Amino acid sequence: MLRLGLVWKLFRRAAHIQRKRMAMTVAAIAWGTLSIVLLLSFGEGLKRNFSRGSRGLGEGIVVVWPGSTGIAYAGFPQGRNLTFMPADVPLLRASIPELGLASAEMIRWGNNVAYGRKTFSKPIKGVEPTYGELRNQIPEPGGRFLNERDEHEKRRVAFLGDNVKRELFGEREAVGETILINQAPFTVIGVMAKKIQMGAYSGMDQDHVLMPLSTFRAITGRTRLSDFVVRARTPAETPELKRQLFEVLGGKYRFDPEDERALRMWDTLETQKVTINIGLGIEIFLGMIGALTLLIGGVGVANIMFAVVKHRTREIGVQMAMGARRSYVLGPLVVESLFLTAVGGGIGVAVGVGVVQLLALVQSKSNSDALQFLGAPTFSPGVALTTILLLGGIGFLAGFFPARRAVSIQPAAALRYE
Amino acid sequence: MNLFVGRNGKKNGQAAPSSPPPIIDMRGLRKVYDTGAIQVEALRGIELVVQPREFVAIVGPSGSGKSTLLNIVGCLDVPSEGSYRLDGEEVAELDLDELADIRNRKVGFVFQSFNLLPQITAYENVEMPLLFKGAGARERRERVGWLFEQVGLADRMRHKPTELSGGQMQRVAIARALACEPALILADEPTGNLDTSSGQDIMSLFEQLAEKGHTLVLITHDAALARRTRRIVRLQDGLIVEDGPVSRAA
Repeated sequence: MLRLGLVWKLFRRAAHIQRKRMAMTVAAIAWGTLSIVLLLSFGEGLKRNFSRGSRGLGEGIVVVWPGSTGIAYAGFPQGRNLTFMPADVPLLRASIPELGLASAEMIRWGNNVAYGRKTFSKPIKGVEPTYGELRNQIPEPGGRFLNERDEHEKRRVAFLGDNVKRELFGEREAVGETILINQAPFTVIGVMAKKIQMGAYSGMDQDHVLMPLSTFRAITGRTRLSDFVVRARTPAETPELKRQLFEVLGGKYRFDPEDERALRMWDTLETQKVTINIGLGIEIFLGMIGALTLLIGGVGVANIMFAVVKHRTREIGVQMAMGARRSYVLGPLVVESLFLTAVGGGIGVAVGVGVVQLLALVQSKSNSDALQFLGAPTFSPGVALTTILLLGGIGFLAGFFPARRAVSIQPAAALRYE
Repeated sequence: MNLFVGRNGKKNGQAAPSSPPPIIDMRGLRKVYDTGAIQVEALRGIELVVQPREFVAIVGPSGSGKSTLLNIVGCLDVPSEGSYRLDGEEVAELDLDELADIRNRKVGFVFQSFNLLPQITAYENVEMPLLFKGAGARERRERVGWLFEQVGLADRMRHKPTELSGGQMQRVAIARALACEPALILADEPTGNLDTSSGQDIMSLFEQLAEKGHTLVLITHDAALARRTRRIVRLQDGLIVEDGPVSRAA
């Protein structure tokens, strides 16, 4: 126990003498840890946001538009324009077992949407109750999405994109209020929760006003669908679902099921694959930068430790001449690297977490899209710990080996060392 | 002359069975440096016995093996062959830590270049061997304070070595050498880096220590210094070529 006490005493003496060098080492470890923690935190945040954004449009959905035939079929010529009718969706539901959810969609642009003295020109959409889930449009607390009864009773109710809501109502409550759409009163039943949307086919969801499909048809008099959105029961069944769409609609509208131009489709699963690859690319890129940063940090720490111990070979010789055992020289060095690693790593992590939280605070106060897109940096304790241990370990080894060599030779040789 | 008689008296006492063992007892000691291509035989069969309370100078031209002998005497290096008993303990077969303990308990070093640790105070330098020995805080404090009084530097204890003169530094080094009450004090050209007057002071201090009964071995190439000891051992080409008492009459 006396020996541990001695090692501790010698360490404290060394720490007192070498404040400057130890501060430098602490700074090097802290800086390395901070860099990596921030780099990977932001990387993780960006990646998560990226993949969340790609799901913002809806997860695993296929959007289907009518095309024009590319092959002459059953007596009809090539180049015939197709249209979708409201009855198509019930037909699909009845005849394709792989179909999980489906919603028809009708769009009209340039409608007067007014509340109080404010009027804006907005697209309106008629959609079915399943649309909310398909297109990831989740109501904010206090509101709801369109439901079957709205559809059935052709209710004059509206679900607002969050941007529309902000323009019309500002910070005030919108649910329960009455707005005018082309002079017809509608009750607001819900507001879409803010979401990050990276893909769109008819403008951003935040700018839309949704109403029941039946209501839309009643007030516009339209009968043709703009498109419909479908989702397979499981992502694996999506290719079969797409094939069945050609079969069923080809049967109804008399086109060749092999005619790829008859239906235009956007399969978001395909897009998501690309997104996943981009995310992976980001991760590899950041990993490489991280590894290089770590290397630079490690070289810095190693350099400090190595130079110091090398420099002290003669002093180590003097201590040994005074009767220092090997452990009296190496022990304080071990304590020192543990200490430097803990302090440096602690500072690095603390500052890193601080920066991450500061950014979150700035984000919550700001409406900058760039900042929003940066996402929430996600602190990873595992990465931080690995970084700290690696830097500390490198510093320790860089200092330990020259010191061990110095105490492993006869002191006569160490004393001759200049 | 008095000193001379005293030494002779001790020499007579050597035969008595109750007498303490010699401080240095070297038999057939050889040291070979293997530099790969060539082998250098620095010591070629040293027979040397130094009794307690002796004050010995080891002299010789450079390359004669003085430093090698000093290193082995001080357990800073080990012989290639032969036996070396330091204060009755055989040291040829000891490992690094055991040698460290021996140095700590039995040998006090005074180097030509002082070899004080520059970043710590004079006090802490002198305290160091006591720390390694495992002395308690109170023992260290009392011992270090007493040592500084002995070398006349009580008012300089809290200074860093760089704030001291050469002579003062060497006094601190002597205090450090005495810290653990060693059986042997080894000094390697202790006045080599000092001006004449500081050198005289240090030499007087060694003489006082010898008077008080310490065993001292001094390595020097300075004939005048060597004559102030009581016995001169002359080395040449790794062998002792002359070993005899200092003739004060000369």
